[in-house]
Amino acid sequence: MELRIVAGPASAAGPESFADHAARLGGIPRGSRAADVIPTLEASGLLGRGGAGFPVGRKWRSVASRDGGAPVVLVNAAEGEPLSAKDRSLLELRPHLVLDGALVAADAICANRIVLYVGSAHRDARASATRALRERPDLRVAVEIVDAPPAYVAGEESAAVHFLNAADARPTTTPPRPYERGVGGRPTLVQNAESLAHAALIARNGAGWYRELGRAGTPGTALVTISGADGRGVREIELGTPLGELAIDSGAGRGPADRQAVLLGGYFGGWQSIERSWDLPLDPVALGEAGTSFGAGVIAFLGNDQCGVRATASIMGWMAGQSAAQCGPCVFGLRAIADATSRLANGSAERDDLARITRWSQQLAGRGACRHPDGAVGQLWSSIRVFAGEWELHQVRGRCSREILADWAADRRVA
Amino acid sequence: MSTQIFWFATRGSGIVALILFSVVACLGLLAVARAQSPRWPRFLTVELHRNLALLSVAFLALHVVTAVIDPFTSLGPAAAIVPLASSYRPLAVALGVISMDLALAMVVTSLLRERIGHRVWRAVHWAAYAAWPLAVAHTITAGSDALTPWLLAIDAACVLAVGACLLWRLTTGETNRSRLAAVTAGTADPIAVEPAWRPD
Amino acid sequence: MPATRAASTVALAIDRIACDGFGMCAELLPELIELDDWGYPIVGDDGVPDELVDHARRAVAVCPVLALRLVARAAPPAVSERRS
Repeated sequence: MELRIVAGPASAAGPESFADHAARLGGIPRGSRAADVIPTLEASGLLGRGGAGFPVGRKWRSVASRDGGAPVVLVNAAEGEPLSAKDRSLLELRPHLVLDGALVAADAICANRIVLYVGSAHRDARASATRALRERPDLRVAVEIVDAPPAYVAGEESAAVHFLNAADARPTTTPPRPYERGVGGRPTLVQNAESLAHAALIARNGAGWYRELGRAGTPGTALVTISGADGRGVREIELGTPLGELAIDSGAGRGPADRQAVLLGGYFGGWQSIERSWDLPLDPVALGEAGTSFGAGVIAFLGNDQCGVRATASIMGWMAGQSAAQCGPCVFGLRAIADATSRLANGSAERDDLARITRWSQQLAGRGACRHPDGAVGQLWSSIRVFAGEWELHQVRGRCSREILADWAADRRVA
Repeated sequence: MSTQIFWFATRGSGIVALILFSVVACLGLLAVARAQSPRWPRFLTVELHRNLALLSVAFLALHVVTAVIDPFTSLGPAAAIVPLASSYRPLAVALGVISMDLALAMVVTSLLRERIGHRVWRAVHWAAYAAWPLAVAHTITAGSDALTPWLLAIDAACVLAVGACLLWRLTTGETNRSRLAAVTAGTADPIAVEPAWRPD
Repeated sequence: MPATRAASTVALAIDRIACDGFGMCAELLPELIELDDWGYPIVGDDGVPDELVDHARRAVAVCPVLALRLVARAAPPAVSERRS
């Protein structure tokens, strides 16, 4: 596969300088050619990479058509998802590609301000972005870097805008939405850093070029973050690549039996059994039809020696603590679910714990101001489906099938 | 004598207004404290609070109007609105006027609640903690027979009732909202990932 | 032929941040609102049937924090209009 986003110097060489970047890729279209960018993006079929998968061209068009002052471009590199590293790696190693995308967007929507919203924990990315701004001779708009709080919800679109307006990184429910009135009351384009990197390449090479790669009906490439495999890390894949092929390429085994399950999408995503999803194309459409989501491109493999219930309990515990603490159902519901899954995981489950978490999670969806509880609960549901037998064992016997087998083997006695 | 009728009306409506005002204050405190029992649903507290508040305003209006047109008191209309404009026991009447002004602000903002939003409404409603004590103080100081035993007994009953409800409100502990942050607080670290970049 | 309910034109909407779990809405409109284990309302996706609209308005009015609202709702298509 032709490398696109990750093309360029090896990561050991550090951030790519502006000189190298310009030598490798040339300039971005400015001025009159910028007016063609939005139709080009729409024709390319580029979808947003922050998790929601909204068509990028359509988003730019809706911001550009607003009244209410000069728009603002907010580059979202908050990346609060613990299992995702693509945005911070991209910003660290290819800062100029991200900046290109931001400048192209600013030109296209006539913005006069760009904000780089970078997760405060991602220090290398922030340092690289700071340096890159200084190197850049072609900034015609004001660009600033803002530290995003490390909380999970801080990367949500309305939370980012709320933070810039009122130093409060919690999602809001009250209209208007950011694309109508966002930062400083102006129409705001909140776009993931990776989406802007793709936009920067499409602006140079055209929609047709973007569509040359991609399988199963979804064009283009995407960055994914792989964990639980020897070749872990951030990788660019062609959309539609089957999961099994990626598993082999990234050292997660040679066949479906080498891993127990995979978490797709992140803490917000869904578990899949490797057996059943070996041929599953990794693209937003196919994953949506399979009942999960591409999300931020997280692909976390679970080894055969690990416990899915424990992993899920750990995730639920963290997600409960990451609630913005604005809505009762989310706060109390996620906490109760997290406590119950934790009891199930460490073998001290109460009699009704599994039934209770089923009931609570059924009640929780859609009852928060943002999608945080939905994501957490969706992940839990998929875990209960994929690891069904394990959950039952934890509820009834208080331990994993692995532990039971290990004990039996150690015992060497047939009951 | 015919002028006595105004005096009876002013006193009577004033006492009824105080009693109603006290019940309204009790219900308000109980509503915030989320008091309920199997036979007393919570919505009843709130709806009764609102309806009785309107009723107490009616009696308050009667009290003020009869006091102003009473030829004996020589209170002009100004004295009913502006504190300390009365020549008869100016301080005592002023307490009542201020209490009434605050109460009217609360009633008007409550009627316009959906238009002004919850935050503004709530800010004005804090005035209740001043309006009710001022009404009691007015009752004790303004009436010429304010210190008769039965009137003092009514005052005491009102103060005890509101005091008891205030105690209830203060001891019900945290509301849901104040617990949200505490319940959320978690210390677990997430399963994280190292940001390697392929190919490297 | 089964009796058809008139498509409702209003629906209940809850401001989840303002809602503090007083629960009086559920007392006044138990047909459409139920409370979860912590006293917070659960509302279905269907609209408010015409015969319950007055009760719904009363529930909206009783909320001490104005978290419950009635909003206009696009009526779902009638059976004969649904595309196959």
